[in-house]
Amino acid sequence: MALLDIVYSLAFYAVTAVFVLGLALRITLYVRSPAPLKIPTMPAPLTKQGVALRMFREVAFFESLFRSNKWIWLFGWVFHVALALVLLRHLRYFTDPVWSWVVLVQPFGMYAGFAMLAGLVALWLRRVLLERIRYISSPSDHLMLALLIFIAISGLMMKFVSHTDVVAVKAFMLGLIRFDWQPMPHDAPFMIHLTLVMLLMVIFPYSKLLHAPGVFFSPSRNQADDSRQRRHLATWARDMEAN
Amino acid sequence: MADFETPALREYPVIPHLKRDATAGLSPFVAKPEHQERLGFPGELLDNWEDVAIAKMGELLEKYRALRVYLDSCVKCGACTDKCHYFIGTEDPKNMPVARQDLLRSVYRRYFTFAGKYFPRLVGARDLTREVLDEWYSYFHQCSQCRRCSVFCPYGIDTAEISMAAREIMDAVGLGQKYCNEIIGKVHKIGNNLGLPGPAMQDTLEGLEEDIKDDTGIDVKLPLDVEGADVLLVTPSADFFAEPHIDGLIGYAKVFHQAGISWTLSTYASEAANFGMFIGSYENMRQVSLRIRKAALDLGVKRIIFGECGHAWRVAYSFLDTLAGPFDFLDPRYPVPQHICEFTYDLIQRGALNLDRSANDHMVVTFHDSCNVARASRMGSMPGGQFIIPREVIKASCNNFVDMRPDTIHDQTFCCGGGGGLLTDDLMEIRVKGALPRMEALREVQQEYGVTHLAAICAICKSQFAKVLPYYDFPMDMIVSVHQLVSNAIQLGTKE
Repeated sequence: MALLDIVYSLAFYAVTAVFVLGLALRITLYVRSPAPLKIPTMPAPLTKQGVALRMFREVAFFESLFRSNKWIWLFGWVFHVALALVLLRHLRYFTDPVWSWVVLVQPFGMYAGFAMLAGLVALWLRRVLLERIRYISSPSDHLMLALLIFIAISGLMMKFVSHTDVVAVKAFMLGLIRFDWQPMPHDAPFMIHLTLVMLLMVIFPYSKLLHAPGVFFSPSRNQADDSRQRRHLATWARDMEAN
Repeated sequence: MADFETPALREYPVIPHLKRDATAGLSPFVAKPEHQERLGFPGELLDNWEDVAIAKMGELLEKYRALRVYLDSCVKCGACTDKCHYFIGTEDPKNMPVARQDLLRSVYRRYFTFAGKYFPRLVGARDLTREVLDEWYSYFHQCSQCRRCSVFCPYGIDTAEISMAAREIMDAVGLGQKYCNEIIGKVHKIGNNLGLPGPAMQDTLEGLEEDIKDDTGIDVKLPLDVEGADVLLVTPSADFFAEPHIDGLIGYAKVFHQAGISWTLSTYASEAANFGMFIGSYENMRQVSLRIRKAALDLGVKRIIFGECGHAWRVAYSFLDTLAGPFDFLDPRYPVPQHICEFTYDLIQRGALNLDRSANDHMVVTFHDSCNVARASRMGSMPGGQFIIPREVIKASCNNFVDMRPDTIHDQTFCCGGGGGLLTDDLMEIRVKGALPRMEALREVQQEYGVTHLAAICAICKSQFAKVLPYYDFPMDMIVSVHQLVSNAIQLGTKE
């Protein structure tokens, strides 16, 4: 175990803690803030099951975005689906034995990396080239894309350019999970990849990446259209009525 | 007519290039101290307004999940950027929904997020300065809270919620809008937006009864404050005097008459509109709503029906039970409340009305979906009933009906340009420019199908179109009430 391994191991725990706790805090805040009025964007489903279906279509297919703009939808959806495949594929580095469905995902996940990269580049080109989107972009919006692009490139490098010893990577990761630390491969693509992913995890709970949990808490999408059936009253509104 | 240019109607609508600060200087008259204080707001801008504003923002973040989630979740994807009628009409980039939200989001980030506190430049966070406040005052009064952007946002982010919060913060620091706040004061004091007292209402209604008698020879009543009536009709006060609203009111009266259902208006609750929503004030919205509850209780009615008014129907349909419920003292066989179009539609379905479509043969009618009805409420028992029912009422009343382009109707409808508390002469420029997309769609059906009339079910839409149509070389009287068509078609004296 080199000093570097120890530093990375400790950093990994710290980063995971920031990611999990930061996100948990934020979600708790969302859960606890009340939605005092019924504001679903209509027409809305009348039942909870209907809402679940609407939310599923929104999260799985980006339904609203599809209605809005086919290009943003295409690039955004390709990126997210590819990202999901890539993440699932990565489970093989955290599980032993590897679950059989992860094995099935593996070949798709490998090439999904390219689709992910393509989607990100296209999104960035839009952000840079289109006047309207450039206008609404902050430096952080560009940097976020840059970060994801470098994560994708460094990941692809490990697989397709300068092969990293993934057996050692897996040993390192399992070691972290089992509190039985192992050295990690000291090659550049892997270390860059891991560093950037850790950076992303730290940024996640404090950035626009909160759209991932946020969408589930959006009243315009997660409320049922039932205001004539049952009375909807927030706690603070009830308290106000009592006075 | 005015010191601005009416935008040219474009044959092929394209997304405009940005014209920075095109409408930066456009803002409504500021509320006077008396208008502010009547609603419980500071009379003028407080000395420590920055602190009060940030504290108020903190309070709203605690009280409204939507605000917090919407401020956090935007990824600046750009889906909404070309969806706002005010952006299309003014080309000012700050009228793009995301940019409008960012006026507030930048301040939220600065004071309430880690990134904004320590890396403001990086995430576009800004201190709350006088310049920022002035920008809020301009651009949050260039939003009609029509929710079109929320339809297209992948997270459902609704700029209406953001502009309501911004307006509430501005009210809290003493920078209110004259038009809305003066009107809400009148409702609290007198019972309607116009400040029309009971005797004047009585006079008007008697005059209308005479008009109907002269026209049809039938005694159709417009009852006021009748205890024990079955139905309390709450309608926008514009229905009592404005054109073409008044023809809609006559239509409601004729429908009640032919159906033989007893009904009444109320002097105490003589207003369906609820501008408390426009300024984002739950408390004011509640006080206005409670008048309706009190009137229903005092008059001992069994049902509450709302007249043609867009945002009023949103507050009624979506919020009334929350704000002023429970309404367990009403007849449980009917939804609370009902829309006049639902009521008329049910009667038509049951064959209770005798309508002669040919009475409207001089018209080719198209229908403007009012934003608050389309995207914030419902009619009938199934999703989308708010699109079907008014059209069915129109089709039962006239032979010639066509719809405008699909991407400008139903939940993609374009706002008339005058909603959300913007229906005031000091905002004429934004009203005219914001009407552009609707006018373009109207021009298409005028040229293609010879459309002569535009029917609407919203008092604001009707007033706005009456004013704005001439700017685009349409006749002013092209705008009609849906129940005006019913009124023309209904054959009084044939069903009694």
